[in-house]
Amino acid sequence: MELLYFGDKGWGDELFFATLMTIAVSITAMIIGFIFAALFTPLKLSNNKFLNSIGNAYTTVIRGVPELLVIYLFFFGGSGAIMFVASIFGYNDYIEINAFLTGSFSIGIISGAYSTEVFRGALQSIDKGQFEAAKVLGFNKYIYFFKIILPQMLRLAIPNLSNVWQITLKDTSLISVTGLVEIMRQSYIAAGSTRDPLFFYSFAAVLYLMLTFLSMQLLNRLETKYSKGY
Amino acid sequence: MDIELMINSFPKLLNATLITLKLLSVSLILGLFIGLGFAILRMNNNKLINKFAYGYSHIFRGTPLLVQIFIIYFGLGQIEYLRTTFLWVVLKEPYWCAIIAFSLNTGAYTSEILRSAFQTIKPGYLEAGRSLGIPSKIIFTKIQIPIAIKQSLPAYGNEIILMLKGTSLASTVTLMDLTGVAKYIISTTFKPVEVFIVAGGIYLFMTFIIHNVIKYLEKKYGFQT
Repeated sequence: MELLYFGDKGWGDELFFATLMTIAVSITAMIIGFIFAALFTPLKLSNNKFLNSIGNAYTTVIRGVPELLVIYLFFFGGSGAIMFVASIFGYNDYIEINAFLTGSFSIGIISGAYSTEVFRGALQSIDKGQFEAAKVLGFNKYIYFFKIILPQMLRLAIPNLSNVWQITLKDTSLISVTGLVEIMRQSYIAAGSTRDPLFFYSFAAVLYLMLTFLSMQLLNRLETKYSKGY
Repeated sequence: MDIELMINSFPKLLNATLITLKLLSVSLILGLFIGLGFAILRMNNNKLINKFAYGYSHIFRGTPLLVQIFIIYFGLGQIEYLRTTFLWVVLKEPYWCAIIAFSLNTGAYTSEILRSAFQTIKPGYLEAGRSLGIPSKIIFTKIQIPIAIKQSLPAYGNEIILMLKGTSLASTVTLMDLTGVAKYIISTTFKPVEVFIVAGGIYLFMTFIIHNVIKYLEKKYGFQT
């Protein structure tokens, strides 16, 4: 237990901040994923064949390729791509992107593909009459989407979104390969310097279990809140 | 775009795909047995056994696969006692450590898939079997298992694809699987996009085949229940 003391003696405070980092990356990735989902869900539902195939390509490629490979692409390719864009504008110095941003962005793209599928499924299972009724009643676009479609969609999407959250949370362990100090990376460092990998990796497992368990409790509460009246 | 690199790296990556496929098939077979075992334990009426099986699937589904591999590969070697037993022959090899982690992980997911498949079988079928005087062993093998296979195929197909992606983590314990070789080529040539296209293409091709095989099986076992 001495290994977990806070301060210089133990790894308690380091692991605490690493856990906060994991939570921060997961939330950022989830939000980036929502942005991607908001962009690609309309494409997947579009009648235009070209737009539709773009949407399908995104979800198929991301869900068919290992997360680690996607992370390597952004880790090794990210600064190169940004430097290329910068060189067009006449900036030729080396640019290094922040590990937090690379990590959240790559996990966000992955999480976005899953969210897109969830939103698509939820939108498709809303009764067609709801869309028609809202149009017939002459609501403007804002009310049509935010007051009629979105609340119904969220109710259907929340149970599946909590699955996406679990996947995203667990995927953040993979960005330890890029050197961002989250739970996995911190355990790796601690295990290396104390030569006690069994303890630290098991403790990391406990931390992840706690995170998944607590977030499940919260999301279940949200689910009951939004399924009121049904 | 460096086409030459893409062509040159293709055979290397294809060679590494063999390891990926080996890891996938061995851990899926072992995982299926583990999953079936735990699904049966989950349906047991004894509360303690039930809790144990639930705890197993909860722990393995609630933690990242990476942690599980690291505990088995780096962690277990630390126990002095294990080093003296025959288990050490297995546990010192990264290949077997990866297989153990993958099998236990996919076993947990498979047990959940099979459990829900068994539980959704209409009680009428079992009652019909029992009232016809069929022994419970035969009810299990001839009625419950075929229906459960049919019910669980779509979810199991997803699990196979998730596992295919999961095998990429073997590269973190020094195994040179498809992702491992891809990372090696990326870090020596600094051409991530080209390598990603080739390696990603191979992965997508495998997902495509798995997807279609499952679809075919779903059609084949598509009897009405």
